[in-house]
Amino acid sequence: MTDGSDIQAGVPAAPSSEGRQPLTLINVREGAFGARGDTSGYDGLVDRVHMPGASERPYGEWFDGVVDILTELLGDAADDAIEYVVVDRGELTLYIAREHLVAVCQHLRDDQDLRFEMCLGVSGVHYPADTGRELHAVYPLQSITHNRRLRLEVAVADGDARIPSVTSVYPMNNWHERETWDFFGIVFDGHPSLARIEMPDDWVGHPQRKDYPLGGIPVEYKGAEIPSPDERRQYR
Amino acid sequence: MSTQTAHATGAFVEDPDAPEYTVYGGDWTEVVDEAKRLGQQRIVVNMGPQHPSTHGVLRVMLEIEGETVTETRAGIGYLHTGIEKNMEYRTWTQGVTFCTRMDYVASMSQELVYCLGIEKLLGITDDIPERASVLRVLMAELTRIGSHLVAVGTGGNELGATTIMTTAFVGREETFRVIEAITGLRTNNNYIRPGGVSQGLPEDGIAQLRAMIPKVRAKLDELVALQLKNPILQLRLKNVAELNLSACMALGITGPMLRATGLPYDLRKSEPYCGYETYDFQIPTSTDQDAWSRMVLRMEECYESLKIVEQCTDRLEQLGDGPVMVADKKIAWPAQLALGPDGQGNSLDHIRHIMGESMEALIHHFKLVTEGFDVPAGQVYQAIEGPKGLLGVHLVSDGGTKPWRAHFRDPGFNNLQALGIMCEGGQVADVVVAIASIDMVLGGVDR
Repeated sequence: MTDGSDIQAGVPAAPSSEGRQPLTLINVREGAFGARGDTSGYDGLVDRVHMPGASERPYGEWFDGVVDILTELLGDAADDAIEYVVVDRGELTLYIAREHLVAVCQHLRDDQDLRFEMCLGVSGVHYPADTGRELHAVYPLQSITHNRRLRLEVAVADGDARIPSVTSVYPMNNWHERETWDFFGIVFDGHPSLARIEMPDDWVGHPQRKDYPLGGIPVEYKGAEIPSPDERRQYR
Repeated sequence: MSTQTAHATGAFVEDPDAPEYTVYGGDWTEVVDEAKRLGQQRIVVNMGPQHPSTHGVLRVMLEIEGETVTETRAGIGYLHTGIEKNMEYRTWTQGVTFCTRMDYVASMSQELVYCLGIEKLLGITDDIPERASVLRVLMAELTRIGSHLVAVGTGGNELGATTIMTTAFVGREETFRVIEAITGLRTNNNYIRPGGVSQGLPEDGIAQLRAMIPKVRAKLDELVALQLKNPILQLRLKNVAELNLSACMALGITGPMLRATGLPYDLRKSEPYCGYETYDFQIPTSTDQDAWSRMVLRMEECYESLKIVEQCTDRLEQLGDGPVMVADKKIAWPAQLALGPDGQGNSLDHIRHIMGESMEALIHHFKLVTEGFDVPAGQVYQAIEGPKGLLGVHLVSDGGTKPWRAHFRDPGFNNLQALGIMCEGGQVADVVVAIASIDMVLGGVDR
């Protein structure tokens, strides 16, 4: 987690995130172009880009009710379990401490006023600049009964990328967790068979991480050489 | 856990004593007799990875006892092309050309969910011109008809009923003709763009749509007549590959498979987007929860989609000419397309304007096409009802001109998990029926 001193002018303002404590550092952009030493004059530009920060109550819509019920069900563990709550672009995100993830999912699925019956998978995201919270696992939950959707987000450090598997609560997440292990290297403890799913079994590395190169070779076209897409001079 | 034994779907266990036979083709009864004679206890069969009766390159590992399947496991990844990774290196607009190629029989559904996600990130959802929304609904429904016809057609072909396939494909071709006239391409259209669609209807667009609808309906009627009274098809599909509601909920199944268990869950009704709440259509359901009911549901959905296409045509006629792209020039794609004598291409008026008349217009065009537009930092989840079920996208922006992360929840990827529960305990021949009734496309599953 980063402290508030990181915020700087020039950060693109997300809708309705004014005055919030920024919590997830998405990226630190340097310069205006992909190539270093450019002549545009923007070579020394440093942009620290954050996710919209924690929201204050009232959250609006049905969000307050769901957070209240979940807090009540979790009891004493609630403060540890729910790190903070973000409401952005009409969507509710709960940042959950990993050791409480399965309990949170269990309550969200089983309580009649919550009833999030379906987990729509788990999407990994890699934020290499967010020291200590580099890897995020994002779980969109869908309630068919109440027609609602919310998002759970769990952040772990790159060196200790372990998250308990939610397959005991949401069996449909079996393949999704395998995919996130395959692409990001997040280990889901308690998964029945955490094997690679898209890449070959003997593949080295986790391709969706930001430090994993896209690959590709330069291509010659009419005498000029075009670099591969990740080597090209590009706008930032 | 007890000690692990060698198992088709479990972890690989080295057993030097296990006899192993490698068979390339041959008469199946001879293979079985030979295995019996040698006292072989278990037979593991690899179906695929290049089997004509799977929708793409799928490998199915079956453990069988006689003709009964005892264990099933699906091996995927053969069509993984790193689309999500590639999208991180292209602008938001270029990303459309990538996501349209995932599930290649439902191209424009994926364009739609991706663009709706970007628009939510930009906060311009309400600024999309009505004409663009109607065109999006029109394309989404034509895509649904095409996807369902492929599902039903190839499903029939896999059972040996080639006529079902040819009839379905002729019907799909009718939709393609109009789609090509409007978007320029039959599939992988790159038509729906962030902020709207790439272009409006051609001059005779309404007339083409009006001419297409009865042709497609006639093909649907022909297909229904061919299938629904066919005793062989009934014997092959009825009470086969059953999946009940509780199994669907445990495995997160959506789309026609879920609706075949009686739950009318469809995002076009529960979470309307693009103005679906203003169209008149029904959500067909069934309670038979077998392969037959899924096929019938897909046919019924095609008729409902055709109703929506008719309503879209009426609305487009009423709306007349107008913008199909958001008014904000910092987002709207500057290039204009027009129909020329050699097919579609750049509009000559637009080329004349930027090359001959306005330096600023040229700069604007160049900047937006090469650099793209900034999307404010944040994340969104957008879901729509794709032909195969709930199609979702998780988008993260770092405030730049490219996605920080784009992740698609392909309904086929999720639904394919049900293959085991649908096949185990059934006949080997019914595995193909189960795969066809899931209706996944491996391009979308593997991405």
